[in-house]
Amino acid sequence: MRQFDQELRDLRDGILAMAGLAEHMIDLTIQAIVERSRTKADEVMALDRNLDEWELRLDRLCIDLLALRSPAAGDLRLIASSLKIVPELERIGDHCCNIARRATYVHPPILSTGSLERLGQETRGMVRMAVDAFIGSDAGLARTVIKADDSVDALYGHIYRELLRLMMSDPLTIERASHLILVIKNWERIADQATNIAEEVLFILEGRSAKHAYLHEDSVE
Amino acid sequence: MEIEDPRPVPEPVHLQMPPPESGLRPASFVKPDLPLTDPAVLTSPTMVQVERLNLFYGQKQALFDVDLKVARNSVMSFIGPSGCGKSTLLRCLNRMNDLIDDVRVEGRILLGDTDLYAPGTDVIALRKRAGMVFQKSNPFPKSIFENVAYGLRIQGESDRNVLAASVERSLKSAGLWEEVKDRLKDSAQGLSGGQQQRLCIARALAVRPEVILMDEPCSALDPIATARVEELILELKREFTIVIVTHNMQQAARVSDHTAFFWMGKLIETGLTEKMFTNPGHRMTEDYITGRFG
Repeated sequence: MRQFDQELRDLRDGILAMAGLAEHMIDLTIQAIVERSRTKADEVMALDRNLDEWELRLDRLCIDLLALRSPAAGDLRLIASSLKIVPELERIGDHCCNIARRATYVHPPILSTGSLERLGQETRGMVRMAVDAFIGSDAGLARTVIKADDSVDALYGHIYRELLRLMMSDPLTIERASHLILVIKNWERIADQATNIAEEVLFILEGRSAKHAYLHEDSVE
Repeated sequence: MEIEDPRPVPEPVHLQMPPPESGLRPASFVKPDLPLTDPAVLTSPTMVQVERLNLFYGQKQALFDVDLKVARNSVMSFIGPSGCGKSTLLRCLNRMNDLIDDVRVEGRILLGDTDLYAPGTDVIALRKRAGMVFQKSNPFPKSIFENVAYGLRIQGESDRNVLAASVERSLKSAGLWEEVKDRLKDSAQGLSGGQQQRLCIARALAVRPEVILMDEPCSALDPIATARVEELILELKREFTIVIVTHNMQQAARVSDHTAFFWMGKLIETGLTEKMFTNPGHRMTEDYITGRFG
């Protein structure tokens, strides 16, 4: 195997390791909220440092590859998109921390059963699919992620309205609902991050931007 | 469980975002012109047109059904592994292959409206219209001035003032004037490799060609001299049409508007350089420019 191919493999492996860590943080975040676990929340926040370290390492690798290997075509797209995917994964970690640190402030539960957990699970599913699309070079799966964002947005809107109603009907829920609004906003942002990753996967695979589909004649739809 | 509340619920703020305010920035900020492709080359008329070109060295076929267009005032790079036919095609563009025994050409090449291989074509006049710069700089063992004036002299020009004006204009176009203007009578052999190559470009420019053909013009130059020649190519494009054969992928990416990839005498793919180097349409092109070929 050529040295350059090995370096590209290192880059892919690094992104997979980073994505695995982000997914683990999402799982722990869901558990921290559901179980009101301070321990798991602390674990999420501790893991964020690893994600930050990966970001620096992979940023460096991408810059080195651009500077030293003069990549072209598919190699260039992989490296350029990696420079965008890596910060998306790092932001997922930040959002997990934002959610986890509110784990003890959102109890006792005020939301209808399972809707918060469902939001977390759907978001987690999107991240998983986006990573799988990257691993498997699966454009179809990447498009599924982009479509799934609408579902998460709808669920977010539904919970948001429910929280508004709760706050209006019972002022005692305002503090918890305020925290929950931030929690669901962070989940919704993680889903956006998964969408962005999926768009980069499409760029890697197809060589044209999938962002802002409304600006293109032939959208990802 | 949803709690019933008779009061109307305001829509969440994020679902009711007002449209972005318009008129805050000039339109150029809203629609940045980012693509690197020179827009002029997209509408430029065809300068060179190759139609179903086949070339044989004796029994061996070296080019197969090549169809290609080169836009006026653009730079086209021919890339491909050794022996792929790119230099052979370049030499067809000013009939340099006529100098090789047992070469047979089928098909058509149009330079402007002139069919290069039509019976009765004045090959000498044709080569004036399509100048050539070679891989290894080849200044004549004459002075700098005489090297540049050579082409005009053999065309019969003897007026000293005309020659001097042409030499100055050509050396300026080749970016060499400031370096040699005080020693035009010195031998061209005393120039550095990069200067010699620019002198050869000046010599090609002196006869006012329409097309400049360059066969690996920088392969013997250091990075600084290479950069100067590449800058020169981009400047010359305003006046001339340039076709360059190069083994240097980055050079093709830096200087050319269009790139053509050849393999085993066949034109595999041609297109805008920007597209060829970011998202080529053919697997073989991708493998070649990423160094995975073979």
